[in-house]
Amino acid sequence: MLNRRPATPPSTSARVAHRAPGASRRRALMLSAIMAGVLLGGAAVHAAPPPKSVAVTAIVEHPSLDMVRDGVRDALKAAGYEAGKNLTWQYQSAQGNTATAAQIARKFAGDAPDVIVAIATPSAQAVVAAVKTVPVVYSAVTDPVAAQLVPGMQASGTNVTGVSDALPVEQQIELIRKVVPDARRVGMVYNPGEANSVAVVKQMQELLPKFGMSLVEAAAPRTVDVGSAARSLIGKVDVIYTSTDNNVISAYESLVKVGNDARIPLIASDTESVQRGAVAAAGINYRDVGLQTGRLVVRILQGEKPGAIPSETGGKPQLFLNAGAAQRQGVTLSDSLLKSAAKVIP
Amino acid sequence: MSWFSFMGALEIGLIFSLVALGVLLSFRLLRFPDLTVDGSFPLGAAVAATLISAGVNPFLATALAVVAAAVAGLTTALLHVKLRIMDLLASILVMIALYSINLRIMGRPNVPLITEPTVFTLLQPAWLSDYIARPLVLLVVVLVCRLLLDWFFATQTGLALRATGANPRMARAQGVSTGRAILGGMALSNALVGLAGALFAQAQGGADISMGLGTIVIGLAAVIIGESMLPSRRLPVITLAVILGALVYRLFIALALNSDFIGLQAQDLNLVTAVLVTVALVLPMLKRRLRAKGD
Repeated sequence: MLNRRPATPPSTSARVAHRAPGASRRRALMLSAIMAGVLLGGAAVHAAPPPKSVAVTAIVEHPSLDMVRDGVRDALKAAGYEAGKNLTWQYQSAQGNTATAAQIARKFAGDAPDVIVAIATPSAQAVVAAVKTVPVVYSAVTDPVAAQLVPGMQASGTNVTGVSDALPVEQQIELIRKVVPDARRVGMVYNPGEANSVAVVKQMQELLPKFGMSLVEAAAPRTVDVGSAARSLIGKVDVIYTSTDNNVISAYESLVKVGNDARIPLIASDTESVQRGAVAAAGINYRDVGLQTGRLVVRILQGEKPGAIPSETGGKPQLFLNAGAAQRQGVTLSDSLLKSAAKVIP
Repeated sequence: MSWFSFMGALEIGLIFSLVALGVLLSFRLLRFPDLTVDGSFPLGAAVAATLISAGVNPFLATALAVVAAAVAGLTTALLHVKLRIMDLLASILVMIALYSINLRIMGRPNVPLITEPTVFTLLQPAWLSDYIARPLVLLVVVLVCRLLLDWFFATQTGLALRATGANPRMARAQGVSTGRAILGGMALSNALVGLAGALFAQAQGGADISMGLGTIVIGLAAVIIGESMLPSRRLPVITLAVILGALVYRLFIALALNSDFIGLQAQDLNLVTAVLVTVALVLPMLKRRLRAKGD
C-alpha cells in the first residue's frame, strides 16, 4: 500500500502534459515514469534493514492484560520500532482455552520471530514449554519461579526473561494498617483456582500474625459467588482486602455493595477498583508493566541475550484513595495518607 | 501454516482424539450424555503432574492418572445406575466436584512440568527433535488405543455394551446386565479422557485448573466432524473417523490462527474456527445435493 503513493506524480504530470503536443507529452510521461521509478527505488534502498518481528500472545482478553500488550507496543514505538513500518507485529489470544494457547505457542515456534512476548501464566508456560531457541519475554506473571519459567529472578542463562507483576505483600499490609489502624481480622475474597491469588493468600497467612492480625478466607470459585462470599464475612472481619483476582475484579460492585451496607472498609490491589468503590489500593499500573516489558524486548532486539537479562518486578505501586467510599464504609483517612496519594477520588 | 504449527496441530489433535474416542463411547455407543469429561481431563493432568513433580516415574504417574479418571467415570455411572440420578445431572455433579478435588490434588491451581522428565522426554531419541518425537509417540498411543477399542467392541462384553446403548430393553431381554455395561463403559470412556489429560499436561509444560474448560465441546465437535467426513456403520471405520475429526478440528484452529492476512484479528479466532467447521460439515451435503440434481 505504502509503495503505491509515490506513483501519483506520473498521473498529475501527465495531466499537465496533456496540453502540450503529442511528442513532448510522451516524453513527459516517460520522464515522470522514470522519476517515479527513482522515487520507488530510493524508498526501497531506505528500507534496507530487514524489519524486526515481535509476536505477542495472552491467555484471554482482559483489561489489565490488554494494557500490558498496548504498553509493549508503545515502548517499542518509543524505541523506533513501529508496527506496520519497520516492525512485524503479531498478536494472538487463546480466548481462555489452554489447548489453543498450546497451539499458538507452536505457531510462534514456527514463525520464529525475533522476540515472543507471553502474557499471563498459562500462555507463558505454553510458550516456554514449546520454544527453546527464540527469545521469550513473559509478562504479568506473579510467580515466574514457581511457574518454572525461570530458575530464579537472576539472569536465567536460557532463552527466557520477563517482568513479574508481584505486589510486595508487606506493603499491602502496611496500607491496611494505615487505612484501618485498629483492624485485627482481615477478610479476603478470592478464587481458589487462580494461582496468583492463592500465592497472595499463603503470604498473608504467614505475614499477618507478625502484626497481630489474622486472615479470614472466603472462596469465590465463580464470578457470581463473589457477593455471597463477601456476605459470609460480615461480622467476622474488620476489613476486606482483595488481590488482583480476576473473579473479584469482574464482580467488584457486588463486593462494594456488601462493604457499604455492612460498613466494612474495602482495600483493593488495583487502582481501577478504587474508582469502583474501594477505599484504597496501592496497585501497579499494568500499562507500566507493559512498557517495562517492551523495554526488555527492545534490549533483545538490539542484540542482548535474553539469558543475560535478569527478570524484573514490574511497576512502582501507586496509592489511590476514594473519600466518598471511606465515608460510606466508616473510616477516616488521615492527612498523611491523603498527602501520599497519587489520586484522591471525591 | 508453518511446519511447526502443523506438527503442533497434529500433536494436540492426537491428544484430543483420545478425548473424542471417550466421547464417542459415552455419547454415541452408550447414549449417555456425559459431561464428567470437563473434570476428568484436568483430573488426569492433575494426577500426572503432581506425581511427576513429586518424583514418581512419568509412566507410572500416567497410569495412575488413567485409573483416577476411570474412577471419576465410574462415580458418574454409579450415581445414575445405583442412585437413579438422571444421567446428565449425575455427570454435572461429578464434573463440579472434580474442580475442588483437582485443586486438592494439586494443592495449588497450577503445577508446572517444564523442567521435569515426562513420558515424551523419556521416549524421545537424542537425534529426533521434540516437535517430531511428540506427535510420533502420540500417534502410536492413539493407534494402540484404537485397535484395543476395535477389538474390545467385537468381544461379548463389548457387544453387550453396544447393545445397552442401542436398545436397553432388548439387551436386558438377551440377558445383558445393562447396569454393569454402563459402569464399565463410563469408566473406560473417562479413562481415555484422563489419559489425554495426563499426556496434554506433559506435552504442554504443566497442569492448570482451568484446562478442562470446554473439553466436552472439543470432543463432541471431533466426533461429529469425523462422522460427517467418513459416514459408516462399521465401528472400526467410526473410530478412525473420530480420530480424523479431532485432527481436522485442530488443523482448522491452526488455519484460523493464520487468518490475519484477510483482516481478521485475534478476537475473531473462535468465530473463524466455527465458520470453518460449518463449511466442512455443509460441503459434503451440498455436493450430494448437486449430484442429485445432475441425475
